[in-house]
Amino acid sequence: MTWETVIGLEVHTQLATKTKIFSGASTQFGAEPNTQACAIDLAMPGTLPVLNEEALRMAVMFGLAIDADIGKISAFERKNYFYPDLPKGYQTTQLEKPIVLGGHVDIELADGSTKTIRIHHAHLEEDAGKSLHEDFHGMSGIDLNRAGTPLIEIVSEPDMNNADEALAFAKKLHGIVTSLNICDGIMAQGSMRFDVNVSVRQKGDELGTRTETKNLNSFRFMERAIKKEVERQIDLIEDGGKVLQETRLYDGDTDTARSMRSKEEANDYRYFPCPDLLPIEIDQAYIDAIKASLPELPEARHQRFMEQYQLSSYDAGVLGDDAATANFFETAVDHCGDAKLAANWVTGELAAKLNSQEMQIQQSPVSAEQLAALIKRISDNTVSNKMAREVFEAMWQGDGEGGNDPDAIIKARGLKQVSDSGAIETLVDEVIANSAKQVDNYRSADESKRPKMLGYFVGQIMKASKGQANPQQVNEILLTKLKELL
Amino acid sequence: MSIDRSDIEKLGELARIAITEENIEATTRSINEVLALVDQLQTADTAEVKPLANPLDATQRLRHDEVSETNRRDDYQPLAPAAENGLYLVPKVID
Amino acid sequence: MHNKTLAELRTGLNNGDFSSVELTGHFLDRIKTLDKNYNSFISVTEEFALTQARQCDERLAAGDAPNLCGLPITHKDIFCTEGIRTSCGSRMLDNFVPPYNATVVENFAAAGMVVLGKTNMDEFAMGSSNETSYYGPVKNPWHSNCVPGGSSGGSAAAIAARLAPVATATDTGGSIRQPAALCGITGLKPTYGRVSRWGMIAFASSLDQGGPMARNAEDAAMLLNVMAGFDAKDSTSVERDVPDYTATLNQNIAGLTVGIPKEYFNEGLNPATEQAVRHALGELENQGAKLKEISLPHSHLSVPAYYVIAPAEASANLSRFDGARYGYRCKEPVDLHDMYMRSRAEGFGDEVKRRILVGAYCLSAGYYDAYYNKAMQVRRLIKNDFDNAFNEVDIIAGPTCPNPAFEFGAKGDNPVAMYLEDIYTIAANLAGLPAMSLPCGFIDNKPVGLQLIGNYFEEARMLNVAHRYQQSSDWHQRAPGIE
Repeated sequence: MTWETVIGLEVHTQLATKTKIFSGASTQFGAEPNTQACAIDLAMPGTLPVLNEEALRMAVMFGLAIDADIGKISAFERKNYFYPDLPKGYQTTQLEKPIVLGGHVDIELADGSTKTIRIHHAHLEEDAGKSLHEDFHGMSGIDLNRAGTPLIEIVSEPDMNNADEALAFAKKLHGIVTSLNICDGIMAQGSMRFDVNVSVRQKGDELGTRTETKNLNSFRFMERAIKKEVERQIDLIEDGGKVLQETRLYDGDTDTARSMRSKEEANDYRYFPCPDLLPIEIDQAYIDAIKASLPELPEARHQRFMEQYQLSSYDAGVLGDDAATANFFETAVDHCGDAKLAANWVTGELAAKLNSQEMQIQQSPVSAEQLAALIKRISDNTVSNKMAREVFEAMWQGDGEGGNDPDAIIKARGLKQVSDSGAIETLVDEVIANSAKQVDNYRSADESKRPKMLGYFVGQIMKASKGQANPQQVNEILLTKLKELL
Repeated sequence: MSIDRSDIEKLGELARIAITEENIEATTRSINEVLALVDQLQTADTAEVKPLANPLDATQRLRHDEVSETNRRDDYQPLAPAAENGLYLVPKVID
Repeated sequence: MHNKTLAELRTGLNNGDFSSVELTGHFLDRIKTLDKNYNSFISVTEEFALTQARQCDERLAAGDAPNLCGLPITHKDIFCTEGIRTSCGSRMLDNFVPPYNATVVENFAAAGMVVLGKTNMDEFAMGSSNETSYYGPVKNPWHSNCVPGGSSGGSAAAIAARLAPVATATDTGGSIRQPAALCGITGLKPTYGRVSRWGMIAFASSLDQGGPMARNAEDAAMLLNVMAGFDAKDSTSVERDVPDYTATLNQNIAGLTVGIPKEYFNEGLNPATEQAVRHALGELENQGAKLKEISLPHSHLSVPAYYVIAPAEASANLSRFDGARYGYRCKEPVDLHDMYMRSRAEGFGDEVKRRILVGAYCLSAGYYDAYYNKAMQVRRLIKNDFDNAFNEVDIIAGPTCPNPAFEFGAKGDNPVAMYLEDIYTIAANLAGLPAMSLPCGFIDNKPVGLQLIGNYFEEARMLNVAHRYQQSSDWHQRAPGIE
């Protein structure tokens, strides 16, 4: 049997406004509990909402970036349910008339082809607070600092067929909203959270029953949750069971998921137009002005990186799709002047390190300026690539002598590369003199085999220099000397 | 349309209002009286009539994105039935 | 002093006939000795009032006093008052002391008015008799076995009993006009959006509007000058200049066309009420106004539409009262669900719970179109009726209520009988139009109210007509048989 998976995503994206969507309280992350929850956010009696113009502008920017229609008239509705992190007992959101309608996001597949993921709509709404589950004498603690933070909920069509596509879509969205500067994109702070709708079917069949797994707050969890859910559904059906329409919860720590509520238990949200807010009317001039000032989007940046920095399409994608990465890279280039090396380092050493620690580039302990300073020491032959990796490691840790400053670390560790050709010549001569047998073998070997035999000499020379000789110079001098012996 | 006691139980659950056994009959009856009143709406011909959610045909005004609120936790939190360490306390939340 | 109007009291204060402390003390004494008969106050803010009064006297002496400096007022207990318990007539908020003021409260403070206290009301403004208050019913000063009307029954009774010269109130379906009519005073509900709703505890957001209650139109105009105006904190507040409502009170009304909706003189109207209202309309005619019969064909649907829309909005507005952050929490909840279920069951009274349940029903899956959406369509038909009428007339007049004050318990346990008392007042809320009630006669010593409905933002015209009528009638000057 050939199974086909159908996936749709709902992406909650926190907007990078200074204040809440309906109040003048700060949205700054990490404040003491409830110090940024004003009377409106706490739903004190008699308080009323007023819409933040910046939240609206950002939502329109997103719509324009994905080629969507902008709702000239949009409206807020109340979604009614009781939960301690929802102070009003309803969420102010949009249902009938969302601000963003349609649009699409194109993703690149593994085979290099492009797939269009359609967006159903995106709407403005308010975020909820947080329930802290640690125990306060058998009670839960409620922090409402996050309550009222503006969100756009981006709802895709069920156009994805596997976890990789969903991941590519999510990352592309991340790239778009961070490029627009409407979201800080910091996953660890909940700036982007995913609900995934998954169903499976036999190729050609009607859509299967879908489940919704809620509130996945990292790319990895989303990918894992989808894979697990697809497996679960296929196993279930193959064992003669039926998939039930339900809402599920995935726990990233244990990599397990469980049913939260069935369709029958689903809330009756009793949506109706919010009488405290009036319809939002925007005109074409407003839309045109935003359109004219849209910043560079990932696709355009991808192209520019290929042209401006002579990068491969792959590197340009890795560096250009995500705004923070692109900024990091361009800052590094500005400071070191070597795009090729900067690209290698950002996509290589730095990316590996970030991955292994599950960090985003915004959280990198090594700044773009610091990385550029290190790259400069590679370009000017102060350190070899190998040494540079050691320096980078020290910069990353940041707690040794020299802190994050590459020059200080190089000095402290005595890592200066030997580029004095006289000194290297002496070393080469010594090694050749002490390796009569290897020199004989080299001389008698076939021309085509010779390059492979250089490794031994280089290794000996580097060893003799305690790793400090400039490998490129070593290569050049060694070749010249050996040629003389032929 | 009229409703029975099981509807009332469901509504009580939706609205999070406990309805005691001794009240359920009277509640059902009085709500049915109200529903009989509002059922008169069905006599109106409203084909093509646009719903009116707000009496003034006005549109939403926008607020500048500037922080205007200061931390007033010490004013608000004493109003809470239970609070500790700056948090509002409620019986355990289970997802 | 208590028989003087606000305008007269202002003159007295400015002339130095008495001080604000004396004036305030006089009303506080009256409240202390007499309010046990009426129960019109939930809280009396004696100390606060006297402190304010002293400051006002200083300002008056210094000559930098704002317009209404030193004059007493009382606020309906639906307006949040910083540092003063604001209960909304509910057990749910029995212990609620807001750390902020309603904009209306701020405006009156800026105008220098002295707050005597907070007046009784139907719980969360849901009622037409003041019988739903957690603090007990208010008694009608004209008949102690009769209701004062509601929901602003405390404000109306306090003015009628001369315990306060003026008061704030709110009107969602008639809550200013109906108690004004039943207590023989003057009350005005402004155009929706004219007065800020910030800090006014919401019942039905698209219908609620704060307004003044006073002895006569002139005092109401003085108050409206302070209350009305744009407030950036209320998205539904209208950005529009506020005229001086006192400036046009005396204008000639000759040539004005007064629309008389035939639907407001139907078989449900008490014949004696009709007689009093017709007599008042005759007086307007005497002053040169033209009476013209009009039709508001969807009038009969206003009560049904209202009892969908208001409960629906209320069901969401009152969800915030959940026992988590303020207000009543039940004793020893076993879990979160229990906390919600019992806090709300115990914190709310029967009428509030009934309306929340009706509202939840009208919005629930499968019923939205038949009820809520239908009601909003009917709402537009009702608004269209008025728009058409105002193409032909300048102002509309008729009865405020079908009957004068009824006895406590008279409506039994049938909520609908009570709802129908608001049959003539509700339409103005649905349409968002300004409307007012003023005394126009008595039936068995029970006051009768004349209702005026103005076109949008034409409060000044209503006040003008009301004032002219009060220049040639004395119903508004009559006081119940009290000390």
